[in-house]
Amino acid sequence: MGSDRSKLGFYLLLAPLLLWLVTLIILPHIGLFAVSISEKVGVREYETGLGNYAVFFNEPLYWRTFARTAFMSISTTVLTLLLGFPIAYYIAKLTRGRTKTTLFLMCLIPFWVSELVRTFGWMILLRETGVLSNFLQYTGVIGGPVEFLYNDGAIMVGLVYTSILFMIVPLVTTLDSLDDSLIEAGYDLGGSGFSILREIVIPHAMPGIVSGCIVVFMLSLGNYLTPILLGGKDSLWFTGLIYTQFITRFNWELGSAFGFLLLALSSAVVFLGLKLSRQSLSNTMGR
Amino acid sequence: MIPTVPQSTALKWSYRAYVTLFFVYLALPLTVVCVFAFNDSVFPSLPWEGFTWAWFFGTEAPFIGVFHERSILRSIGVSAFVAVWVAGLAVAVGTCNAFLFVRHDFRGKGFLYILMLLPLIIPGVILGISILVFASSVANTLEDATGLWFDGLRPGLILVILGQFSFITTFATLVISARLQKFDPSLEEAALNLGATKWGAVRQITLPFLMPAIIGAGVVAVLMSFENFNTTLMLVGSESPLTITMFDKLKHGSTPVLNAVSLLLIIGSAALGLLSLIFQRTKGG
Repeated sequence: MGSDRSKLGFYLLLAPLLLWLVTLIILPHIGLFAVSISEKVGVREYETGLGNYAVFFNEPLYWRTFARTAFMSISTTVLTLLLGFPIAYYIAKLTRGRTKTTLFLMCLIPFWVSELVRTFGWMILLRETGVLSNFLQYTGVIGGPVEFLYNDGAIMVGLVYTSILFMIVPLVTTLDSLDDSLIEAGYDLGGSGFSILREIVIPHAMPGIVSGCIVVFMLSLGNYLTPILLGGKDSLWFTGLIYTQFITRFNWELGSAFGFLLLALSSAVVFLGLKLSRQSLSNTMGR
Repeated sequence: MIPTVPQSTALKWSYRAYVTLFFVYLALPLTVVCVFAFNDSVFPSLPWEGFTWAWFFGTEAPFIGVFHERSILRSIGVSAFVAVWVAGLAVAVGTCNAFLFVRHDFRGKGFLYILMLLPLIIPGVILGISILVFASSVANTLEDATGLWFDGLRPGLILVILGQFSFITTFATLVISARLQKFDPSLEEAALNLGATKWGAVRQITLPFLMPAIIGAGVVAVLMSFENFNTTLMLVGSESPLTITMFDKLKHGSTPVLNAVSLLLIIGSAALGLLSLIFQRTKGG
């Protein structure tokens, strides 16, 4: 700490940071916005205008896909929170020592493995000739092979699987710091399990809940692999549209507008989440 | 609720059952991927046709194993190349950032810190397209101005490395800063009193203290680079890293050779992940 004695050393440390942030984060996003508000009028001739955004709002397929992606990401976030909270609570409060470390590691390992491998696993499980279909036929629940892939349910299963760790880790961290005696006090004062959860546990876990929800929502919104592979051709995920505009159609102007809309939604949700819970980005993410 | 608070047995057992079920859910996809790597059939699906090592060592079509499949071997090489560059750059810049944010106070520090965290909340696809658009417009401008070609700014490995570097650096910065904060500055002052130069003290006292975090961050960076898909997808050129190659094969349907690669990836990433934990747990100094 302290004041800067050697100015040179300070600038030498500042240079890589600025170089990184300016050339790879700030300028590219300004460029993206600039491209998104330019319309092609001829060969290498462009005009500034909001035409690309107008295309988005006038074409139902586009904005419906956008809304659908947002809605399914919110559902994923809620589902992940509901499924992950009991697990995080179990790890943080009901286990000790080695069991705790082992359970935590068992949660971590699947997430060190590439998302592609995880999604591949779900494809093997859910496809028509897959494990689940065969198992259900074997037990006599269904008569013939059933395709469990390529529907919204499959996308949700995959998204929840892919993002649940990012819910569990912050929850375990915050729940760990909750003093057991507070729960005991609540119980001694006559609180029921539900009221203790509502009055003591959840308020304490709020920072973890918020950062978990933000990360999960963002990851789902920006996910490409899971919806495309598990949802098939009709997955209608917004990142899929961006990819099509950029790589297949080579319409970078429209693609940039799409990209900016996705970024705006994602940032808005992060901002709102932080405001509602009175957290700051540094506290939530910088851990 | 907690062990000291009494609770009905039924509730306790249903809670345990749920936790067990959850871990089954976690393990299921990875288990089937591994099991089907040994299925003696050309499709990674049921029925079970018997045990085989062919998807690892096989040489005859269609039973070509991982170790003889050219496209996969080449893409593993590409991934390793990218990962080494990304990890090296991210750790170098991350260490500088850690010193800057922990040791210095300056105007705009809070703002720069938030800016440094931003890559965490930008979706990977957006990061990819923004760098793609920016690099292409720079390349176009330079080519118009000079008449030379700037292929490095077109989709390809350099852009993939830059794209991954752009957000992995944030992770490296956070990991290394966390350890630097625990460092006792009086150790460095002692070295200065004993006649060390500023740089000498940092190199001989502070950097060794940071080493576990630096190596840990490097391992995490390699892992994240190897597995990155979203950003890479938008920036990739003719040479594709492993995840992209696997994605293409997966989309068009493939033999269980994919399961074999996945099994190796699972083992590799679990090992690397544990390694990074061990390094970050080292609380020496």
